[in-house]
Amino acid sequence: MWDSSMTTLIVQGTFETLYMTLASTLLAYIIGLPMGVLLVTSDSEGIVPMTLLNKTLNIVVNITRSIPFLILLIAVIPLTRLITGTTIGSTATIVPLVIAAAPFIARLVESSIKEVDYGIIEASLSMGASPMQVVTKVMIPEAKPSLIIGAAIATTTILGYSAMAGIVGGGGLGDIAIRFGYYRYETGMMVITVILLVLIVQLFQEVGMKIAQKQDRRK
Amino acid sequence: MGVLYPLFFKMILLFKFVDRRRVRNIETKKTSQKPIIEIKALGKTFRPKSGEVKALEGINLSINQGDIYGIIGMSGAGKSTLVRCINLLEKPTSGSVFIDGQDISKITEKELRTVRYSVGMIFQQFNLLMQRTAEKNILFPLEIAGVDKETAKKRTAELLELVGLPDKAKAYPSQLSGGQKQRIAIARALANNPKILLCDEATSALDPSTTNSILKLLKEINQKLGITIVIITHEMSVVEQICSHVAIIDKSKIAEDGEVEDIFRNPKTEIAKKMIFSEGDQGSVIMGRNTYRVVFDEKSSSDSVIAKMVLETKCLVNILHADMKNIDGFAFGQMVIQLPEDELSVARAVHYLRSHQITVEEVGTHVG
Repeated sequence: MWDSSMTTLIVQGTFETLYMTLASTLLAYIIGLPMGVLLVTSDSEGIVPMTLLNKTLNIVVNITRSIPFLILLIAVIPLTRLITGTTIGSTATIVPLVIAAAPFIARLVESSIKEVDYGIIEASLSMGASPMQVVTKVMIPEAKPSLIIGAAIATTTILGYSAMAGIVGGGGLGDIAIRFGYYRYETGMMVITVILLVLIVQLFQEVGMKIAQKQDRRK
Repeated sequence: MGVLYPLFFKMILLFKFVDRRRVRNIETKKTSQKPIIEIKALGKTFRPKSGEVKALEGINLSINQGDIYGIIGMSGAGKSTLVRCINLLEKPTSGSVFIDGQDISKITEKELRTVRYSVGMIFQQFNLLMQRTAEKNILFPLEIAGVDKETAKKRTAELLELVGLPDKAKAYPSQLSGGQKQRIAIARALANNPKILLCDEATSALDPSTTNSILKLLKEINQKLGITIVIITHEMSVVEQICSHVAIIDKSKIAEDGEVEDIFRNPKTEIAKKMIFSEGDQGSVIMGRNTYRVVFDEKSSSDSVIAKMVLETKCLVNILHADMKNIDGFAFGQMVIQLPEDELSVARAVHYLRSHQITVEEVGTHVG
């Protein structure tokens, strides 16, 4: 059952998984980071209270987060086709991944930024910092270690989601596990893909924690 | 006559204070009389979901340029809210705040930010940026104000020198002691050459000797740079040590305000008496009948008045409490004495003291 085409398949699958995960994480942060910041700043206790915006954002985030990923994956197919022109393969999978991950990331960012001591924000306001300066010079840099840990969590979660996309032919290691391991009962293949997924998760988690620790000047 | 020994000892201490005052009096007292902060009919009401909380009510204050102005009160009196109203970190619900003649409660957010460049602030918890080095922390307000990099760098080096920590430039706040953190915070607050420095319980998290060195630094900044300093504290010792003026705030209102010497010599309100009295180690003093508070000013404190009174009036006194304070270079002593039961000797003693221009007042049975 084992030949060089299998090796090629697995190597390709690994690269597809990494591509989907990293591209989705990056795009999801582009949306999720500002959302998370807005969730904090627009709060009634925040630096620019905007109750309506805050409530709307909270509802949107909660709704998106409560839809199971598998359902979201299928529900957004028309949008996926509109954006990428296809509904299968790893590029197509990025669309539902970003939609699912962005609100999750928004929550991670929100909790990281809320960890920043309000005294420091107050001090920067007392020096005449504008809300934008508070965000870019205080909130984000001060929350950096926590944000990096959050990014490691987000990446590994997205990796897990990406494997699920195998169900609809999303490409990557998850796809291989489903096609060979599940449909064809090739247990060896299944074990190999799972081991690879475990290793990738470990790698991301470890690297994330190391960077966070190195960046943390609080101790 | 055994009771008199501690008294003589205190008298010797008084001499020392008077000497120091003479030296220091020459260099202080050159403040110009122009109000830099004026607070008019200020009120602040918090409206949490459960009812209303009046934090401040009808506050009127005028702080002159070059003053070191203490605002003292028990916790919960509203002093922290008051200092935040000066730079509008808290928006007052009524009244107005003038900084250098400008009503800052009526200007735009953007104009307010510019005003804040000229009002530095330091805090109890220092509030340094933990992810930045000491040097970068001082650089922070300069970045905010858009000062060009060259100038900012030079300024940062100057400020590190001023607060005595040039060797800590590259250290992160977590590597500094409490006193060092507050020094960096002071340097940061001074970066944009402010006219005013607000201190919110700036020494409350520090041990006594560090507190002294920080207070010394603040005094130095006041004298060297002419910066007006507003100090919020709950410790009378801080006011004694460096303030020229004081406002005592109690239950959201200003109970009493004026020059520190005047308030100490002649506190009018209960809260002022309580704050001045309870300072020191003994929390409260239980007094018997016929107790009097005797206040010495700079003239009488250099004279052994009580001893002379005892000798002349033959009235034996019992000293219940005595202490000496050095307020802004001014010797100030007070004593609580108990006089004998018979009214005639009491009258003689009180008359003797009053005729020597000493403030005497009867106190209740419980003070402190």
